[in-house]
Amino acid sequence: MRKGGKIMFFTALFVVVLCAPFILNMGSAQAAPDPSLDTPEINALQEKECIADTEWMRENHMQLLDDWRWEVIRNGATEYVAPNGQVYDMSLDDTCLSCHSNREEFCETCHDYSNVELYCWDCHNPDYEE
Amino acid sequence: MAKLNKEEVLNFELGVADTPWMDTPTVFKEGMYCHAAKKKTLDVVGMPNTHDWSSSDEDWNLPEDWKEILLDGMKDRLEKYRSFRLFMDVCVRCGACADKCHFYLGSGDPKNMPVLRAELLRSVYRRYFTTSGKLFGKLAGARDLTEEVLHEWWYYFYQCTECRRCSAFCPYGIDQAEITIMGRELLNLIGLNTDWIAGPVSNCFMKGNHVGLEPQTIMGNVEFMMDDLEEATGVHCEPSFNRKGAEILFVVPSGDLYAEPGTFTFMGYILLLEHLGLDYTLSTYASEGGNFGFFTSNEMAKRLNSKMYAEAKRLGVKWILGGECGHMWRLVNQYMDTWNGPADFLEMPVSPITGTKFENAASTKMVHITEFTADLIYHNKIKLDPSRNDHLNVTFHDSCNTSRAMGLLEEPRYIVKHVCNNFHEMPEETIREKTLCCGSGAGLNAGENMELRMRGGYPRADAVRSVIERFGVNTLANICAIDRAAMPALMDYWVPGTRVTGVHELVGNALVLGDDDYRQLDLRLEEIPNAKQPPAPEPEPVAETAEGEASEGGSNA
Amino acid sequence: MNNGIKIGVPLLIVVALAAIAWIGTDAFHLDMLFGVIIPYIALALFIVGFVIRIIKWARSAVPFRIPTTCGQEKSMPWVKQAKLDNPSSSAGVVGRMLLEVLCFRSLFRNSKAKKDGDKLSFGSAKWLWLFALAFHWSMLIIVFRHLRLFFEPVPAIVTGVEVVDSAFQIGLPIIYITDVLFVGAVTFLFLRRVVLPQVRYISLQNDFFPLFLLLGIGISGVVMRYFFRIDIVAVKELTMSLVAFQPVIPENVGPILYVHLFLVSVLLIYFPWSKLMHAPGIFLSPTRNMANNNRAVRHVNPWNYPVKVHSYEEYEEEYGEKMKRVGLPLDSETNAG
Repeated sequence: MRKGGKIMFFTALFVVVLCAPFILNMGSAQAAPDPSLDTPEINALQEKECIADTEWMRENHMQLLDDWRWEVIRNGATEYVAPNGQVYDMSLDDTCLSCHSNREEFCETCHDYSNVELYCWDCHNPDYEE
Repeated sequence: MAKLNKEEVLNFELGVADTPWMDTPTVFKEGMYCHAAKKKTLDVVGMPNTHDWSSSDEDWNLPEDWKEILLDGMKDRLEKYRSFRLFMDVCVRCGACADKCHFYLGSGDPKNMPVLRAELLRSVYRRYFTTSGKLFGKLAGARDLTEEVLHEWWYYFYQCTECRRCSAFCPYGIDQAEITIMGRELLNLIGLNTDWIAGPVSNCFMKGNHVGLEPQTIMGNVEFMMDDLEEATGVHCEPSFNRKGAEILFVVPSGDLYAEPGTFTFMGYILLLEHLGLDYTLSTYASEGGNFGFFTSNEMAKRLNSKMYAEAKRLGVKWILGGECGHMWRLVNQYMDTWNGPADFLEMPVSPITGTKFENAASTKMVHITEFTADLIYHNKIKLDPSRNDHLNVTFHDSCNTSRAMGLLEEPRYIVKHVCNNFHEMPEETIREKTLCCGSGAGLNAGENMELRMRGGYPRADAVRSVIERFGVNTLANICAIDRAAMPALMDYWVPGTRVTGVHELVGNALVLGDDDYRQLDLRLEEIPNAKQPPAPEPEPVAETAEGEASEGGSNA
Repeated sequence: MNNGIKIGVPLLIVVALAAIAWIGTDAFHLDMLFGVIIPYIALALFIVGFVIRIIKWARSAVPFRIPTTCGQEKSMPWVKQAKLDNPSSSAGVVGRMLLEVLCFRSLFRNSKAKKDGDKLSFGSAKWLWLFALAFHWSMLIIVFRHLRLFFEPVPAIVTGVEVVDSAFQIGLPIIYITDVLFVGAVTFLFLRRVVLPQVRYISLQNDFFPLFLLLGIGISGVVMRYFFRIDIVAVKELTMSLVAFQPVIPENVGPILYVHLFLVSVLLIYFPWSKLMHAPGIFLSPTRNMANNNRAVRHVNPWNYPVKVHSYEEYEEEYGEKMKRVGLPLDSETNAG
């Protein structure tokens, strides 16, 4: 009484499930999303410069926006001094989205890809404001 | 035993040793181990590598290639028993089993924690059978097999009663009984059994029972018991032996044919079966339900067990009824059919009295007598007067084997509650599947290891103490021959004055044989304090409290 | 073995492993080694080792049906059977196994013995059960959540689990409940091993090593997510390239990712050769995965062999004379002497 067949069946099943990502992604290499900077507003800029460098923004934009929200709502502050000394209005709509007016191609490509919930639009609705 | 001071025995803590266990030498303490098996006893059954040795000596006179024999034996068994290989591999040492062993609870010796008793063997397994152990040695928890290790195995594998309590608590079901069984098999490859196990094994092989009763002695003993039974009940019974053509073969543990209080249980069985007019017979050839071969090796157990089916076939019976015995029923339930079946020469057991088909025994064709009797009571086929047992305040001790290798929990309770009016359970953590061992099972009920037995039985005795204090319990009922043999000494030591009785002794006492059954004596030939008196010229009014359930009490509080 | 060594050596090994990955990628730029080569090798070794071990177990026979029965057997119809703790059918066995695997049934039974002078008592002891359950379930959910890094688009069920797991909506990024439970439970299991004298006594180095390894994996993951906040898009670029067998080493990921990945690789390699195999092992445990129906259905031992017995004929030859004298019937009167 060994029940070898049953044991090997479930072992094989386990291995298949374990390898599912490999099997299901077979031959479908995908490039990482490439957020688009192609908006009329950015194209019109003389110097294409965000409030901080790209790598920093990639890793910390959520923290920056969270800080801004806190400062504006709790402390009534409105001005943000960027690392390069320039002063910006702490506003998602008026500062960020004024250049990045293409949220589908900019924000959401990455957020969809990495499955990070983007709940800015729950309150901020740029379409509505326009 | 008198020299064993209770306070000294209990002067320990449930702790650990100061030194790591691998560096703690094993000291053989007198009273904690058995005598060595004699060469001539082992030779009777043809065990390998027998030799004369003494367990209290340093030198065990081992065969030259003992290590090779053991490692080969281990390799062989790792392939034959998945339980063995798996249990060597998967333990995570979570410690859930640590305080579940009655020997640890009664001695505080950390090597009696089931996990460590297993590590004794596991460390050697790692060293010789795993890559990490071969490469990293002690770092991977591995160690060499040396004579010291061998002595340690012997000492501790004969401090385990294979009760399986640890297994009930283990998240992976690791069963120390399996590991002890393997350990003992290995030791038996080089002649290292105990005298107390080897003796009954050779007796059973040659004479049919552990205690070595020859046919004429069995018949003599039975005659003696039947005389007593007649004195108690006024009924003369003559159970038949080796009778061909009987419907049922009845097999009991030989302890019940041999010594008190087992003999009272035997009288109880016979009184019931004769009263029913059952067509049954016993056998002098298969005069043993128990099986000390199981404490030696699987093969030895199978050799001894074969007699039951062989005799059933020879006598041409329809099915087999088994008496009250613990490890006997582990084997009947989990091994017999596999070893010596299929029992296709027998028929599906049917109670001739109630017509109940015992479908749970459809293949083995063997029924436990408490199943049989509970069925009788359920169908109102026997008249009982539980008040005859009113002077007994009873608690029930679940045997390890019938609990954790079978699950026979309700049937004996059902019977006890119908034959006694005073019944109280011991604390919940000490009964049913969590039952605590008598401390003398698996071949440890010798005389020279009395301290071990008293220690191992201490947790059980302490649970009895708690119901004595709470409910005034004075009787410990059980369904195991080892219990009946070992518990009287255990009770005398820890909780004196507690009577040990088989369930069918209680049945025999409560059984009303007819309208004129005004017995004054119980099966022990002691006066029944509130026995009913026969209608005399001036009859005294006697309270009629024959039927009804015994009280259950809030015993688990 | 001294406790300091028993605990210290595994800890040092795990710290060293983390340091190797950090320095290897930060100073020596061995990103390809730690990000691609080692994970591939680790996964391959895991699968091979896992299957080999299972085959070893499967090749060992199960000669006897030996369930540990933890409740009333099936007997007569009017006796209530404990169908899950003492199953007699396949369905019952499946139920028992599910309870065991998903709810740790046996561990739930745990009690704590106390000896007070000459008295024993048994108290409740559910902490091990609770934290073991918290640890294993958290780990399963965490592994499942990681699937978002291996599928594009991400399956809805993975998102669903993530949403539930972040139900508290605390912090940014939102804290996963399982992250807290995992680190907390592993820490508890470690402390328990150190603090309880009996458990400390039975513990080996290979009990501490996996704990530290899991803790290292957990902490590196938590730190990566909540403190370093490395670019998740880059991480997914790496993981997706791995599962497509077209590895790409992204820029913008810090050494902390490689520490995390390396410790996971070590765990995968270590797993099949260690006690961690208790995970598949429980499914094969003969005391749990068999029905207690031996008396109703015969179990066959594949290596059963004939043994030497003492037959009735031999018995009668030896004792026939004595049997005759007490009136026992004989098969052959020649034995009557």
